Amino acid sequence: MRTYAGHSTAKESNELYRRNIEKGQTGLSIAFDLPTQTGYDPDDELARGEVGKVGVSIAHKGDMHTLLDGIPLQEMNTSMTINATAAWLLALYMTVGEENGIDTSVLQGTTQNDIIKEFLSRGTYAFPPGPSMRLIADMIAYTVDEVPKWNPINICSYHLQEAGATPVQEIAYALSTARAVLDQVRERVTEETFPRVFGRISFFVNAGIRFIEEHAKLRAMSQLWRELGRERYGVDDQRYLRFRYGVQVNSLGLTEQQPENNVIRIVLEALAVTLGRNVRARAIQLPAWNEALGLPRPWDQQWSLRIQQILALETDLLEYPDIFEGSKVMDGLAAELMEGARAEMAVVEEHGGAVKAVDYMKTQLVESHRERVARIERGEQKVVGQNVYTTAEPSPLQAGEDGGILTVDPEVERAQVEAVERWRAERDEAAVRAALAELRAAAENESLNVMPATLAAARAGATTGEWAGVLREVFGEYRAPTGVEGAAAIPDDEALHELREKVDRLSEALGRRVKILVGKPGLDGHSNGAEQIAVRARDAGMDVVYEGIRLTPSRIAATAVQEGVHVVGLSILSGSHRELIPEVLRELREAGADVPVVVGGIIPPADAERLMQAGVARVYTPKDFELTRIMGDIVDLVAEHHSAAATA
Amino acid sequence: MSAARAAAGDPAELGRRLRECDRGAAPAALNVIEDRSARGRERTRKLLAEVSPAALGGEAGAHLVGVTGPPGAGKSSLLSALVGRWRELGRTVAVLAVDPTSRRSGGSLLGDRARIEHDPRDDGVLIRSTAAGTRMGGLAPPTREAVQALAPAFDLVVVETVGVGQSETDVEEVTDTVAVVVQPASGDTLQFLKAGIMEVPDVLVVTKADLGEPALRARRDLESALRALGSRDTPVVSVSSVPPPSGIDDLVEALDAHRAAIDLPATRLRARRLTALADFLAERGEAGLRALGGRREAERFLDSLHPALDAAALVGALEERASEEGGG
Repeated sequence: MRTYAGHSTAKESNELYRRNIEKGQTGLSIAFDLPTQTGYDPDDELARGEVGKVGVSIAHKGDMHTLLDGIPLQEMNTSMTINATAAWLLALYMTVGEENGIDTSVLQGTTQNDIIKEFLSRGTYAFPPGPSMRLIADMIAYTVDEVPKWNPINICSYHLQEAGATPVQEIAYALSTARAVLDQVRERVTEETFPRVFGRISFFVNAGIRFIEEHAKLRAMSQLWRELGRERYGVDDQRYLRFRYGVQVNSLGLTEQQPENNVIRIVLEALAVTLGRNVRARAIQLPAWNEALGLPRPWDQQWSLRIQQILALETDLLEYPDIFEGSKVMDGLAAELMEGARAEMAVVEEHGGAVKAVDYMKTQLVESHRERVARIERGEQKVVGQNVYTTAEPSPLQAGEDGGILTVDPEVERAQVEAVERWRAERDEAAVRAALAELRAAAENESLNVMPATLAAARAGATTGEWAGVLREVFGEYRAPTGVEGAAAIPDDEALHELREKVDRLSEALGRRVKILVGKPGLDGHSNGAEQIAVRARDAGMDVVYEGIRLTPSRIAATAVQEGVHVVGLSILSGSHRELIPEVLRELREAGADVPVVVGGIIPPADAERLMQAGVARVYTPKDFELTRIMGDIVDLVAEHHSAAATA
Repeated sequence: MSAARAAAGDPAELGRRLRECDRGAAPAALNVIEDRSARGRERTRKLLAEVSPAALGGEAGAHLVGVTGPPGAGKSSLLSALVGRWRELGRTVAVLAVDPTSRRSGGSLLGDRARIEHDPRDDGVLIRSTAAGTRMGGLAPPTREAVQALAPAFDLVVVETVGVGQSETDVEEVTDTVAVVVQPASGDTLQFLKAGIMEVPDVLVVTKADLGEPALRARRDLESALRALGSRDTPVVSVSSVPPPSGIDDLVEALDAHRAAIDLPATRLRARRLTALADFLAERGEAGLRALGGRREAERFLDSLHPALDAAALVGALEERASEEGGG
């Protein structure tokens, strides 16, 4: 049992870890901020507004020393939510171990390190798919001998469900990813080592509100995993064939309206992964009830921890053997999912495997999510408090002075920027240059493993941005597919039909088709919202410019001007809206673009007000789930702005 | 007030600014050209008059390049590398990316821009995305007019379209040089060439050279097809846009060489006349064309007009002629 933590500075996170260790916690779970996850230093233009948000900023081994100060690493099991830069963060972790006199071969823990789902859902990738997979393979091949208790990769179906995956897609794409990883590692290790590599692969899955089907999903996954091990890789040692997984339950289904109901959703989802002993999760993380509102506070996280403790200690959940053994219904459900997943995995293989099929899988996910959103919008999928039973008493939980959420001090970023500049000035520059040259040589030579050079750079004092910068130069920059171009049009209904007429009338009045720019500023890669808005705007008859994630404010402004758009829609979920949105507004003004700007994301009411004062025309939050209505609103806004006669 | 109106002001002023290489006027000029209302077309006419050969004292200096090929051939990645190389050479580039999607809703997702890497702070690069409208690979009148408006202000004006077979004729009409992009192991282009469905392009580009053998084979197949067709001089260039990119310099050279060899005034004159005809057709339809006595007659009429007239003036002449003929 642990909670996902790591906020703002290394020092504060360290204090939190030490408090938790005093209370008996033996596991560390480190969340990094987005610049660290995507390989940028705190003083990079792209890092602006993101430093210390959603996790801790680690720019070099000095930061890692501060983070782990006084913690007995040899006794810890450390989980790092890190992917594109996993090799680097593991190297920093090992370096701190070494410099504290610990034998690094005893280190235990997990690096998430699943890049495919970053391309498909989470967005914190740094390099193109091919080289990214090589980094992963290098790391697995290195750790299996050098840090044998380390789980070098944790394949995540979790984020696929968050991006809209159906259970079949979740199983199929996660297992296809595992297959792509294993195929690549097989070339880099000996035949005797390979079964151990297979055994070190673990999964990070999701559990949604349809908890019976979700349980069946885990049974299906577990069985398919064994099949894959036995049939494709010839692994027959039972220890290595076990499907090992941890869980974070679904956040996508949590609502902003009547948020206290989310606690009930979370409990039911936790049952999905604990009910049957044969496929019970090894580790569970539960989200906080108020995730759709903003960053959870320690008290909110404690509430989630208590759910697990009550399930484990008060109920009789853990007292029985597998309660579904012999259940025809459960076996039938699992068989159905397996059949669907096998078929979908075959399609991925036809595309040339998970790496080549990123485009295909992304399109499928956008499509599934589009369907889900439309079902909720039409009321076919019921969500209590959102599209049914929507009238409620005011919630006393949100009445506190902080509005029921945590905020990060903007001073953190400034301090971290100064700190990294100081670090660079004080280190042995020649040693860093030499280490980075060595890294470049290793990256350029496919037959070398990049881990030793990465460790050397970590020891020498290189920064996160420098490590990733060298690799970007060698491997190239990359922009993941947006998946929106292949999304099917939604079926016509009256509301959409009316909207389309409204768009046509306005386009007529403007002389050209209404054109919208959908932009995602900052490093936040959660693109669901932006994608769905882009697709719906198209279905409403607009011309849509969508460039995907990770855009600087200056790029958004330049695009708005060059493309001659009538309105700009910005989506942001990382909590950096306070810094980034005013900056986009300023850049737009400087570029001479007088266009209305609307913003969507997890934006607390106080912030929304501030943004409106700064010049934002509309703010939408997760409670605004009716996309057609939002579109109508935006069209009115453009019409008003042009004082053209678009009568509704 | 919209961005368009805020920055636009007088269309003649925008045209004048483009003539004087003020690239900052380009987005607002494009807003004017894309406006298909009667007022917009009137404004476009004023704008284009300022960039006519008469106003410029000759043909605009830009190299007008068409980049076309089947979906997924790697056009955007290629453009990404090309734009980067051109910028290194100090050349300014405008890309008109024409998206083929045309939906029942009338809306489009314009995705090419995302795939063309460029520095947003660099005012030497302009990328404008437009929806093709109804015809696969065809060019809407605003795109044709945009090429002419931007030609005085940029060193290169690139029109990127999707097309295989006959649909690239539109691009060929408005540009100096057409590069057809082909990916290895897709036989379409080869078949179309052999069958004579497709005209031989000015430059053929085989992408994904990093694949090795399949890319080499594709190149050899195309070269032998070209020899069989008697076009042994058409360059076939192999490129790879994954790092480290290769073949980009060869392509730049091939494009430059083609540009140097053509009869520029004749090419441009033809482009203006065909643009005018396309614009007239879009507005007046087949009935308008009949009023002119059919396509051939219309082309003959255009050929009789003064070579320095800009496209918009030519449309005016066509309209006048049509109403005369219709009335008489």
